[in-house]
Amino acid sequence: MIRLDHVSKVFPGSDKAAVGDLSFEVPAGEIVVLVGPSGCGKTTTLKMINRLIEPTSGEIWIDGARSTQQEPHVLRRKIGYVIQQIGLFPHRTIAQNIATVPQLLGWERGRIEARVVELIELVGLDREVVDRYPAELSGGQQQRVGVARALAADPPVLLMDEPFGAVDPIVRAHLQEELKVLQARLQKTIVFVTHDIDEAISLGDRVALLNVGGVLEQYAPPEELLRAPANDFVVEFLGSERGLRRLSLIAVDTVPLERGPFVEHDSTPDHARSVMSEYGTDWVGVLERDKLLGWVWGADLVGSRSIVEARPKPFSARLDSTSTLREALDVIVTSKTQVAVVVDGGRYLGMLTADRLNEALLT
Amino acid sequence: MILAQTTEPFIRWSWVWSHLGLFWSRTVEHLVLTGIALGIGFIISIGLSIVALRYRKTYAPITWFTGVLYSIPSLALFVMFIPLTGLTVVTAEIGLVSYTLLIFIRNIVAGIDGVPREVREAALGMGYTPRRMLWEIEIPIALPVIIAGIRIAAVTTVGLVTITALIGYGGLGQLILDGLNRLFTTPLIVGAVLSAVLALVFDYGLVLAERALTPWARSKATIP
Repeated sequence: MIRLDHVSKVFPGSDKAAVGDLSFEVPAGEIVVLVGPSGCGKTTTLKMINRLIEPTSGEIWIDGARSTQQEPHVLRRKIGYVIQQIGLFPHRTIAQNIATVPQLLGWERGRIEARVVELIELVGLDREVVDRYPAELSGGQQQRVGVARALAADPPVLLMDEPFGAVDPIVRAHLQEELKVLQARLQKTIVFVTHDIDEAISLGDRVALLNVGGVLEQYAPPEELLRAPANDFVVEFLGSERGLRRLSLIAVDTVPLERGPFVEHDSTPDHARSVMSEYGTDWVGVLERDKLLGWVWGADLVGSRSIVEARPKPFSARLDSTSTLREALDVIVTSKTQVAVVVDGGRYLGMLTADRLNEALLT
Repeated sequence: MILAQTTEPFIRWSWVWSHLGLFWSRTVEHLVLTGIALGIGFIISIGLSIVALRYRKTYAPITWFTGVLYSIPSLALFVMFIPLTGLTVVTAEIGLVSYTLLIFIRNIVAGIDGVPREVREAALGMGYTPRRMLWEIEIPIALPVIIAGIRIAAVTTVGLVTITALIGYGGLGQLILDGLNRLFTTPLIVGAVLSAVLALVFDYGLVLAERALTPWARSKATIP
């Protein structure tokens, strides 16, 4: 757990505070993302936690101890640190780079070697890179080494300063996903700095939105930030796609599904027609027990003796319960039936309509 | 005398073969004088560089002072110290050392200044103390630039050692001086050639040392 208590920073030679009277708490095991425009003091705030920058006033508590209680270098060995430019040591091999903090802490050689192998695998690097030098690796690989190096001594706290800012969007999305998977396993207390609101929303358990001068405008889980922005600055910073961004944060299984116009495959066409008129659709879904067979146009049922004779078509896209409402919306707007069906394996769970998504956002 | 000059061959090989022992001892003396100058010069330079890096304001005065030393003609510098330290090896070394300082300090400071900012930030952020960072991170990364300085200083010093012959030292310089005094070209040429070879050997040795010490700098060239 990290707690900032009325922390401020005024740099020498400046009359304005870079960070002014900032207080917030990072619960253990959560990712808190500091986000805001340039000049909002997010990096300064981060560096005050590991004392690369000393606060002008206020206190920072890490796991119940004042950060000033120990020498800066002792404190920093317990805090993982990842920066955008990575800062790998060019004269040391990948293995030596990863072993940096364990070596500073004086671990034995065997323990260090075992740990390096473990970390290489954890961050998804090839084992053969260990003897290479940083200059021989790609940007994405280097940043993985940077993360491995920060995790080496298994610090409870991790500080990440725009770690994925310098890699291309595809690699960045990949590294973000990997970080989520890693975090689900490691449960570190992470403070993550970015200027990218999408990255903040996608990674943060909580988002601290800072304004110029280190003013905390809102501190909330991403979903709350999007649903109930505290003021105009927050609204403006979140941008015009707030609704879409919120949809991407809500999982399908948190929304009540509709049963929809679905009938058993051995129902009569007449029954199917009555279900269709009940739901006001021009198509009907077909189930075999609760297995999803497909759907047919109402028009195709004319003259058919059974539903199966009308040859149900498979749904082009189906969601499972871990999908997000944003994915559901994508299915809704691209499918002929204008609904998104949700399945668990082959089992039909229900469907989502645009109206349902609308309700989910408004409640 | 004129007669002797005309009959004397350019190189009298019989004299060369009969004085191999002398050449050897002069070469060793030359090496020792050079080595001491480089060693002491480097140690002083490291100290002054650390001061200059920590207190930036001292860098200009330090380079000014060592620059003045560097610009004094070598013979004048040796003679200047004779009243203080006499015709001793100390006089010779004071002169030799003072010529290495500017070269060393400039390269050490430039090399360490060239260490990327993010490398320093990462090192401090992971818990290096500034002192440990200097020896384990900054100096190793600056090594190619520092060694470049050592190469220049070494070649310069090998040349300057010959001049200390004028105050009674000089290694191979003594052979040159002897040749000049006696108008005897053989030792003159042997001395000149051997000191040139020594300079080349130093230079090449340092190139090899650099390759061995900075394998990472070479691998840079192979980035795809």
